[in-house]
Amino acid sequence: MDVVERGEGPLLAWHDPDEQREWIHKNKNRTMVDKRMDVKTSISKFVRDGDYIASGGFGHVRVSMSGVYEIIRQKKRHLVLAGKTAVHDCDVLVASGCVEKVEAAYSFGHELRGLSPASRRMVESGKVQAVTEISNAGIQWRIRAAAMGLPFIPARVMLGTETFKKSAAVAVTDPYSGKRIALLPACYPDVALIHVHRCDMYGNSQIDGISVMDMELARAARRLIVTTEKIVDHEVIRNESWRTNIPFFCVDAVVEEPYGSHPGNMPLLYYSDEEHISEWLKLSKTEEGASQYFDKYVFGVKEFKEYIELVGGMAKMKKLEDIEHLRAPTEAPWAVLEK
Amino acid sequence: MTSQEYSTVEQMAVAASKLIEDGATVLTGTGLPIIAVALAIKTHAPNLTVVFEAGGIAPRIPVLPISVGDSRSSYEAIMATSLDYVMGVAQQGYIDYGMLGGAQMDVYGNLNTTVIGPHHLPKARLPGSGGANDLGSLCWRTIIMMQQDPRKFVKKLDFLTTPGYLDGPGSREEAGLPTGTGPYRVVTQLGIYGFDDATKKLMLLSLHPGVPVEEVNRNSSFEIKIPAQIGRTAAPTAEELRLLRDEIDPSKFILRK
Repeated sequence: MDVVERGEGPLLAWHDPDEQREWIHKNKNRTMVDKRMDVKTSISKFVRDGDYIASGGFGHVRVSMSGVYEIIRQKKRHLVLAGKTAVHDCDVLVASGCVEKVEAAYSFGHELRGLSPASRRMVESGKVQAVTEISNAGIQWRIRAAAMGLPFIPARVMLGTETFKKSAAVAVTDPYSGKRIALLPACYPDVALIHVHRCDMYGNSQIDGISVMDMELARAARRLIVTTEKIVDHEVIRNESWRTNIPFFCVDAVVEEPYGSHPGNMPLLYYSDEEHISEWLKLSKTEEGASQYFDKYVFGVKEFKEYIELVGGMAKMKKLEDIEHLRAPTEAPWAVLEK
Repeated sequence: MTSQEYSTVEQMAVAASKLIEDGATVLTGTGLPIIAVALAIKTHAPNLTVVFEAGGIAPRIPVLPISVGDSRSSYEAIMATSLDYVMGVAQQGYIDYGMLGGAQMDVYGNLNTTVIGPHHLPKARLPGSGGANDLGSLCWRTIIMMQQDPRKFVKKLDFLTTPGYLDGPGSREEAGLPTGTGPYRVVTQLGIYGFDDATKKLMLLSLHPGVPVEEVNRNSSFEIKIPAQIGRTAAPTAEELRLLRDEIDPSKFILRK
């Protein structure tokens, strides 16, 4: 297969498949052991400066915000971020100075709420670089290739565009159809954070609702921190094994963190806290405002429980539960913010 | 605002909704496209299958999703699955329509949602492709919704994020994109556009009520072909406006603009 075109983006988070097999063989524990720890320990143990990091869920949906805030609190630096529909997670990590480079599929935006003032400012001032571009299917399939132990995966996206040119993909002639096709390199994040509905102490995890990319991401990442709304008895998993998305052998840390996706949405449990996200969007219009936010909500609290109290405690969580179940209207202060 | 008055955004939503026939499958992003799709379902297309890229298939949409992955995107759906699954079925050819927007578009319907200015140090950094490149590559027909002005309808994109007809006839196939796919219609505040079969360049199909034809090229940096026969888009009806304002977007997430 001759390469007919080569993207000029750097090849991030790739390993030779045999080197990766060897790494798994040496480093991943295949026995069911208790992996429970607090979020502080999990981040200090498994997130290193300079790591390529990926967040599960979908930007402000089922994201491990307790883990994200802890990364900021521990002042991790030079991270390379998988911008896989990275929304609130990306915005605060970039704005807080933890991130140096981004692989941008969807980043620097808040979907319907508009663009992210803080992370845009970091990119537009050159402090953070979007070093490679990719599409959402592109990054999903990079991660899928890794989950299958393959060096690359063919795909019919990105072809003919500058999204391709700024990626690490290549285009070849398909030996079967004779047509041009893109080959996307596997992506093995150094570490991933995935927030789930329930898991046992070994890390056997169940996600309710859409799984987004997480079934593949759990296998692709070298280290995986699972934060969970609830730790359940091992028998709960065995009783409904068809609901399990992530098996224990992928998991390195299990952290119990109720409301751990806040201010994000946790499907079927609580909706996103649009008041809080609006506060962030408003404050982060200036650098000082962004610092104020971090001082109050990240550095000003010792742990996630304290943060939950600060954002409104159980009364607020109850309200978000009501909105999730359509018992209360969705309020979105950003919809009336000045543009 | 009385029911007889309406905004250009409402006109765009109504015009786009009519482009999608009942029984089709449609992959949509956030913003105005969801409004158009929701209106189609409530009017002429009750059997439309809406698909969201993060994994929601055929949800009921009692409340607009803020994210294409939030819990509203799979509310009472027939399947809550994954991005891999949805993009896979799109690549297989199951998705009839893809709904897109953009910061810039060129004459071939290529779109930019990545940067304004140079890529390494942009004047404005935009979110990037997201699922847009995938929709533009894999759906049979894409419908683009955007406001047009000379800074948005440009001769040369600052960045080609999502493929339209690339450089013209045959160039999608040459690049390896699925045969028979590409932009189908463009809906702006002025009218509805299609693409000339021979050149794959943008061509006016119909003007919204009250819009003079001169506005079309006055609001574009590239030349838009004006055929001899031009249609007139129907104005939104009182019932369509009621559905948009009272049922689909009562919180004004999108219609505020």
